[in-house]
Amino acid sequence: MSDRQLDVREAVDTVVERLGPVVERIFARDISMILVAMLGIYVLFTIFGFLLIPSDALVGGLANTLQRVTFLTAVYAMLVLALNLHWGYTGLFNIGVAGFMAVGVYTVAVLTNPTTASPPGLGVPMAFAATLPIDPGVAHFLGLLFSVLVGMLAAAVVGAIAAVPALRLRADYLAIVTVALSEIIRLSLLSTTLQEFTLPVAGVELGTGAGRGINLPTNPVRAIYYNDPTNTAAGLTPVGEAIFPAVDAVGINSTVVVGWTYTLFLILVVAGFYWLLVRIGNSPFGRILKAIREDEEVAQSLGKDTRVVKVKVFMVGCALMGLAGILWEGSKGFTDPTSTTFLPLQTFYVFIALIIGGAGSNTGSVLGGALFASLLFEGPTFVARIFSEYLELDTAPRTFAEAFGELFALDPTPMLAYGLENISALRFVLLGLLLIVLMQYRPEGLLGHRTEEAAAVDLRDRSPAAAADGGGGDE
Amino acid sequence: MSDASSPDASAGEPTEEAAAGTSTTGEPEATPLRVEGLEKRFGGITAVDGASFVVEEESLTGLIGPNGAGKSTTFNCITGIHRPDGGRVTFEGEDVTGLRPHAIANRGLVRTFQIARELDEMTVLENLMLAPRGQVGENLGYAVLPGLRDQVVEQETDLREAVWETLEFFEIDHLAGEYAGNLSGGQRKLLELARALMVEPDMLLLDEPFAGVNPTLEEKLLDRIHQLREEGLTFLLVEHDMDVIMENCEHIIVMHQGTVLAEGDADDIRSDERVIDAYLGGEV
Repeated sequence: MSDRQLDVREAVDTVVERLGPVVERIFARDISMILVAMLGIYVLFTIFGFLLIPSDALVGGLANTLQRVTFLTAVYAMLVLALNLHWGYTGLFNIGVAGFMAVGVYTVAVLTNPTTASPPGLGVPMAFAATLPIDPGVAHFLGLLFSVLVGMLAAAVVGAIAAVPALRLRADYLAIVTVALSEIIRLSLLSTTLQEFTLPVAGVELGTGAGRGINLPTNPVRAIYYNDPTNTAAGLTPVGEAIFPAVDAVGINSTVVVGWTYTLFLILVVAGFYWLLVRIGNSPFGRILKAIREDEEVAQSLGKDTRVVKVKVFMVGCALMGLAGILWEGSKGFTDPTSTTFLPLQTFYVFIALIIGGAGSNTGSVLGGALFASLLFEGPTFVARIFSEYLELDTAPRTFAEAFGELFALDPTPMLAYGLENISALRFVLLGLLLIVLMQYRPEGLLGHRTEEAAAVDLRDRSPAAAADGGGGDE
Repeated sequence: MSDASSPDASAGEPTEEAAAGTSTTGEPEATPLRVEGLEKRFGGITAVDGASFVVEEESLTGLIGPNGAGKSTTFNCITGIHRPDGGRVTFEGEDVTGLRPHAIANRGLVRTFQIARELDEMTVLENLMLAPRGQVGENLGYAVLPGLRDQVVEQETDLREAVWETLEFFEIDHLAGEYAGNLSGGQRKLLELARALMVEPDMLLLDEPFAGVNPTLEEKLLDRIHQLREEGLTFLLVEHDMDVIMENCEHIIVMHQGTVLAEGDADDIRSDERVIDAYLGGEV
């Protein structure tokens, strides 16, 4: 028995020994940077919570607020990382991020909706559950996974359709094509023609739901806590039985627990995105991407088929955008084309986050996503609420002119009230100001322009082994 | 990706490889570069008007001519940056007319640019690591997938050694970790030549390699070029500076108004009336 324990310990030790340095090298400084930023954000929002939430609901309210901030951070981090692959690494100016997200989300929606639903879908998970000779719950989940993969593939294919003609031309044409495409996608999804239709082949009935929206599959993490994920009345699983009463005792709602579970899963996905991008970046393939960004003609004259590389990397980035969209909208169980997620504005947000973090840096991308989601996206509303809570303000004037007029009467409160009332619109003014300041003082963003060598090995370290078989120099 | 199966070969000495490459093409008529009746028009302007010339194996050939003679356009047509409107370009016996730049480079015909075009936001090391042909890690799958990446790491380790040796050969190893954008004009020229060599070319086309380079550095560059030629590389140089060409090239081609005006060794060219006319006041 003790021998086996020793073996296990040795095995664990070797794994730790082998993985340790790798993990250290990739994450040593960068992960701590992200953690410190997140900690700062949590502290800030905890303070907001103390100021806003009545003390009897404090724990639950805080858990909810922090979950929302973390969730938004995670989805923006994914989107920013995907855009970093396009714009930061390769210099591909994709301003159709929202469109590629929509393709992913709607593909999943159409694939997973039951054939009997309105609008009807293809019912893939149900078909999996009915045909696979395994536990229906697992089969259903596999069907869901399959649909998500198809959704990513669809986003990649749409990306290729946009990219193949545009990438042959100058860089700016890609921008025009992608922004136009993302609007075409959004408006097509709004079109009532596609609300419910029958495929001419095979007579399959499908639909996008148009403006009425479309259902998305039930969040599969619910299956951890509920016997029937779609019906809370069907009772709790043992995990649910154990956790829900415990957290309920400190005032945390069961929906918040489910939300946190999903958010933790998203953090894992962000780590996966990060890993993938580091792998891609630190390789000969990544060097070609960088070279395309710097001077494509040089890359070509060194024998690199840049067109093929550009199409490949564009497709990978689009697939990741599709996945980010699926995971974002998937948390709601429902989506519609008027959702802000699919507006061109969304693309703009992702760009701002990338610019803040620093184009070309993966860690910067995550940081940019976190700072954007918390301080710029969520923060202003909280600040406004705190002001309205603690300052006794009169009803806000209806127009800016009225508020401005009051300033001459040396009364700033109407202006303040007006600003707080319209905080979500004023957020854009804030974003604009921030962009101007960044462009002036730090155009490379927080972590841009770092020397991150694009190679699978440390180029500065000439290991003796390599030197030995390389033989004597030329001179 | 042609020699992806032999990662070790591509990691060897660039110069050795080039020598081995030339010895295998044994046919005497397989001249490295043959240009026949090359034509290129931009709108109403004929930049190259039926230029024909041959570059001999292991030679240092110079291409000169007054401004607007069509030298750079000829270069661009040979290397695939422009698609010629007429004529034929053959490299080592194969027709390469109108191929895309990367395809031509992969056949071993590599160029440098008139204004050194470094990849500014990449380090000197990255610049050189980019160049070698047949890197398995240029395939996305090999770069990412856990099982396949080991091969990439192995090849990268070998390439790194080749890169450092090349840096030492050009005496710019002290700049290895520097961003290429921070280099001086002369250092950029060295880097560009070093980078082109990493492709392991059979022939190098150098577009004004000495422009903006101080005399000491010019000497150094010329030294390297002569050394590499002795090791089997073929060179075609475009230069403005007549003296450099006259002193260093055994064969000189003079272009004027899109055609080849004269050919021969330095003495032939010096005594050629038409060349003197073209440079000293003929219509441009």
